[in-house]
Amino acid sequence: MPNPTSITSGIRRYKGPWDETRAAHLLRRTMFGVKRSDLAHFLQKSPKKAVRELLYTDYALPAPPVNNYNDDKYTDPEIAAGDDWTISLKYDGMNNGRRKNSFKSWWLGLMIGQDRSIREKMVLFWHNHFVTETNTVDNALFCYRYNALLREHALGNFRQMVRAMTTEPAMLRYLNGYANTKKAPDENYGRELQELFTVGKGSGSHYTESDVKAAARVLTGFTVNYKTFTSSFDPNRHDEGDKQFSAFYGNQVIKGIKGKDAVTELDQMLDMIFAREEVSLFLCRKLYRFFVYHTIDDETEQQVIKPLAKLFRKKDYAIQPVLEELLCSRHFFDPANNGSMIKSPVDFTVGLCREFDVAFPDAGEYADLYGFWEQLRNQAAGLQQNIGDPPNVAGWQAYYQQPEYDKLWISSDTLPKRNVFSDRMIGGGLGRNGKKVVIDPVAFAAGMSDPADPDKLIVDSMHALYSVELPPEELQFIKTNILLSGLVGMASDHYWTNAWNAYREKPDDKTAKNTVTNKLKALYRHLMDMPEYQLM
Amino acid sequence: MNLSAGCSRPAGTKQLFMKRRDFFRKTLPVLTMPVVLPSLVHGMSFRAWANSPLLRAAARGLGEGRVVVLIQLNGGNDGLNTVIPLGHYDAYHAARANIAIPEDKVLRLPGFDQTGLNPAMPEMQQLFTAGKLAIIQSVSYPQPDFSHFRATDIWLTGADAGQILSTGWAGRYLDEQYPQFPRNYPNPNMPDPLAIQVGSLVSPALQGPGLTMGMAISNPNSFYDLINDKSEPVPDSRAGDQLAYIREMAVKTDQYAGVIKAAAQKVTKQSDCYPAPGKNPLADQLKIVARLVAGGLRTQFYLVSMGGFDTHARQVEPNDPTTGAHARLLAKLSEAIDAFQDDLTSLQVSDRVMGMTFSEFGRRIQSNASGGTDHGAAAPVFVFGEKVQGGVIGRNPNWPDKLTVNDNIAMQYDFRSVYSTLLEKWFLSDEAIAETALLKKYASMALIRQES
Repeated sequence: MPNPTSITSGIRRYKGPWDETRAAHLLRRTMFGVKRSDLAHFLQKSPKKAVRELLYTDYALPAPPVNNYNDDKYTDPEIAAGDDWTISLKYDGMNNGRRKNSFKSWWLGLMIGQDRSIREKMVLFWHNHFVTETNTVDNALFCYRYNALLREHALGNFRQMVRAMTTEPAMLRYLNGYANTKKAPDENYGRELQELFTVGKGSGSHYTESDVKAAARVLTGFTVNYKTFTSSFDPNRHDEGDKQFSAFYGNQVIKGIKGKDAVTELDQMLDMIFAREEVSLFLCRKLYRFFVYHTIDDETEQQVIKPLAKLFRKKDYAIQPVLEELLCSRHFFDPANNGSMIKSPVDFTVGLCREFDVAFPDAGEYADLYGFWEQLRNQAAGLQQNIGDPPNVAGWQAYYQQPEYDKLWISSDTLPKRNVFSDRMIGGGLGRNGKKVVIDPVAFAAGMSDPADPDKLIVDSMHALYSVELPPEELQFIKTNILLSGLVGMASDHYWTNAWNAYREKPDDKTAKNTVTNKLKALYRHLMDMPEYQLM
Repeated sequence: MNLSAGCSRPAGTKQLFMKRRDFFRKTLPVLTMPVVLPSLVHGMSFRAWANSPLLRAAARGLGEGRVVVLIQLNGGNDGLNTVIPLGHYDAYHAARANIAIPEDKVLRLPGFDQTGLNPAMPEMQQLFTAGKLAIIQSVSYPQPDFSHFRATDIWLTGADAGQILSTGWAGRYLDEQYPQFPRNYPNPNMPDPLAIQVGSLVSPALQGPGLTMGMAISNPNSFYDLINDKSEPVPDSRAGDQLAYIREMAVKTDQYAGVIKAAAQKVTKQSDCYPAPGKNPLADQLKIVARLVAGGLRTQFYLVSMGGFDTHARQVEPNDPTTGAHARLLAKLSEAIDAFQDDLTSLQVSDRVMGMTFSEFGRRIQSNASGGTDHGAAAPVFVFGEKVQGGVIGRNPNWPDKLTVNDNIAMQYDFRSVYSTLLEKWFLSDEAIAETALLKKYASMALIRQES
């Protein structure tokens, strides 16, 4: 296997040309797939303005999920069909599972319908960082509120996010914080807070087992209220003793506090943790792996990670400036990073729908709309990324497991499934109640610069769908075998041109439409079946 | 009789070949397709195997193991300059004086002195003489279409002129033979691909009701890569590293890569009649077909193709109509078929293989002023093989004395009659199945030699 070339360009601001390749690279990495209309929009900006718009536009938070789940076995007596169910505080064996499904489909829908913002991508990033699993949390409202918290803080302040997440009911449930008492301390959250959420396990992280125990004692006393579905602090369950931390934390002692004020022990502990440089390094590495490339060599550590981490500390862990610095950098726009990632299942499935601008039912037809979102969510789950339910507290392996990283998304099981999915989306599509969610290849081709010219159509389509280039021989092969039905020679191009123009002149002519539709279906099916389509 | 008669050309022309890999690198598209179209591969399914094809296979009896090789001539082959109506040569010459083959150059067909072949096809003449070639005159369908795309679709789907079909004729036949495909395939009763397209993407002819019934070896390069455990080079970059991994996984994943490789490896020597790799793309494709047939694949259909037949201008050299673009195409066709037959014979599988050429249409009776011919209608079809009932079927095409530029060759045989004959008389399929595949009952023709 070839040794991937190292990139020497550093974190300094990218000031080169702003073209479709670069703009599409930015959008693929910060959103899900590239919509033609989004690309046109951002091409009007400069790289800096594009990044700033993605980062700083303050879009309204989405409306909560609705009751899409009434069926022949169950009608929600409290929440009418189509109404927001997150106002309900009544949970039982009938509504909980249905609402959990509703929540997960709603979330997938937010990705499909995302604003021109990095926010939904960051929600996925944080979900993979602060993992909870709906199967373990097991309450739909907890799951929804946890997700809303991710979104609320997605572009906020990391330190405040950690503080909020620590007492979030879903997290207290997931990592047993609700059961962590002075009589029976549970180290689960105290450990993951350090190992997975803040200082990490990098070479500069030296927290000890006693730090885990001490952190667990600081965290004693938080509980979850199953009537209000909120968390609270019970001083009677809190360990009031002093907590001694190791040399890694400067041998700091957090004095035991009695009563309600004991929650401030947590703030002291987070101050102590966030005083470690390692927190900024750990998170910047994780952001880099998520947005740029899986491997961080020494050059990248010095030229990219360290300056980013320094900025992160300087901005007191505000997330936006760090992302701005990374996404505006020469390093990010280095052509060597084009196509350097394998699409995650969510990037693959959601991205496909977005880049082809696949039409979904209107919001008013919420039952079908959620139904289609659910089908897509199940596709991504079949490809081993089940949103809401990562495999464990460390998140999806592809984001951290060296040396394979994102290659882990592609296996002898998932690669054929990816092809079957894209074949289906360009073929019969997804169906529900007589409605269809399917790629319209003719509409997509019509959006290219000059669809009547077979060479331009193929090159434009390649650029619209790929982050890498195909060799000229391959483009020629595609033209001859797909658009020209085997006709060869320069003089043959007009047969496609005539077919396309015949259709444009008489869109209702069945034969004319059939001819271009079949060829375009074959073209896009082929482009999506090629390994290149798996890259972003 | 010398079965390799067609290969008596000077051996020197064949000694020039470079190392195959180097040659392909330089001259053939470096394709990034996986060897097999991934669309073929289906997700897991554990549905019980109802409606056993085993029973159907048993019913096929004698037809078992037989193969049809379809050779598609893309662009619309000029039938009148391929099979020449010697019987009314004057009318032929009058209609296309600027491109007409001189009468004395036309290759004669023993026993059929009214009809001859283009002089670029001496191997086809020999095949005819050996009784292994049938020439069917004027094959078409009612109200022929003159658009390449539409006419191609009609031939591949087996549709009527005004009918749009979403499935292919061979795909429908295979769907009858192997219901539920690709669910539970491959399996011990049918471990091999049902159909293989060589040299391009899977043909619409193989489209089944849901998925394609075929797989593609999109270029010879990918085939030899598979056999030799090689893969196409990728750029030395971050993306190249990812791509190499995905391609490797695509080959590993492919359900048929293993059987194809195993079949190919059983054949260690092939005919030296084939021209050097890259010289004749059709021969390169047929060489792979022969290897897979002889290697024991139970695949029933192979599809190969060659392009360039859309000869609107200068199809012959003005000073010598026996040379030029069309002659070169026919020479390649003839050479490729000859090498293929020779190969099948020495590999001892020639009695299992039946070949057929077709093109989306023939060309206009009258030539045009550019020394070419425009889109036409009916044209001859070649059917060849050890078991073929050799001869010329049908009469020479004829036309009114007052010929106009719009006149076309009238149909004598429906192309679906040829398909129907291959299904019923070669594959020995039930008439009902052939009728289902072709959507109507078509009369069979006397194309296959009947064993007593």
